[in-house]
Amino acid sequence: MPADDQSPAAGPHVAGPPDGPAVLLYGDATCPRCQQAVLRLRAAPVRLTWRHLVLRARGPRPRALAGALEAAGRQDAFWPVLDALVGDPGRTEDPDLWELARRLGLDVARFDRDRRDDAAADVIAADLAAGLGAGAVGTPAILVGDGAIEHGIPDAAWIDALLARA
Amino acid sequence: MSIISAGTAVPQLKLGNEDGSDFTQEDLKGRTTVLVFYPFAFSPVCTDQLQVYEELLPELAQQNAVMYAVSTDASFSQIAFKEKLGVTIGQLSDFEPKGEASKALGAYFEPAGMTNRALIVVGPDGTVAWSHLASNPGELPGVDKVREGLAAVGA
Repeated sequence: MPADDQSPAAGPHVAGPPDGPAVLLYGDATCPRCQQAVLRLRAAPVRLTWRHLVLRARGPRPRALAGALEAAGRQDAFWPVLDALVGDPGRTEDPDLWELARRLGLDVARFDRDRRDDAAADVIAADLAAGLGAGAVGTPAILVGDGAIEHGIPDAAWIDALLARA
Repeated sequence: MSIISAGTAVPQLKLGNEDGSDFTQEDLKGRTTVLVFYPFAFSPVCTDQLQVYEELLPELAQQNAVMYAVSTDASFSQIAFKEKLGVTIGQLSDFEPKGEASKALGAYFEPAGMTNRALIVVGPDGTVAWSHLASNPGELPGVDKVREGLAAVGA
């Protein structure tokens, strides 16, 4: 791996206040429920970790978007790209991804190369194995601390309860 | 109704294959079979479950195991559901007499007139190796449960 590919580290990807309650989300950026979950959790003071749960049965786009997210992560733009994908889910085809990368000031050629490489594939496969091992039976699959895995969209009451426990 | 327990021979039963032929207890012999009972084709929860289990198929193949999904839907509905999901998991229909095989295996949910959320792993000798009944039809067993069942074969 070239030296300029070493930062930042590949997933899992974490955002939010360091002292916020930790929420781990296994998701698929094409899944409408995941999109809603991310929008709500990103708006809350939680420490959100994203890992990919890419299911072959859903066709090629979940894998394509996961690769794009990994590639963006290598240019320190994982969260801006995820925010854009979940906020504008009608624009997730390849030309949309190239335009998004350009708008965010990424090296588009590198982004396009990275999203298809073995390192991205390895992260996506490892995340899937971890998610299935954790008991995920759909997306989103959400883990808080040592609690049981949950599959709903976090609503205001769920987030309030989480913050109250923290 | 309690689910059929490990060590019990699968009783006489008849389900419908996707091609309309019969699937009986004899078809369970010679390899390990994972029967996944799901309430209804096209219900949102089942949709995710079978797509997740699809990821397990290579692992099953390595263990000479095959997976079938069972519901009381007619085969035509099951096939349309399978195509919509993009999965290859074979479908078995318990349509007529409705739920008869599922009842014989203790995997029927009487209050709603549908198959319950259950997993049954049958060993190559046609004997139940492991079974799991969800506490309610909305509770989805993860792949860890399927693996637990596979590990019980020959254990």
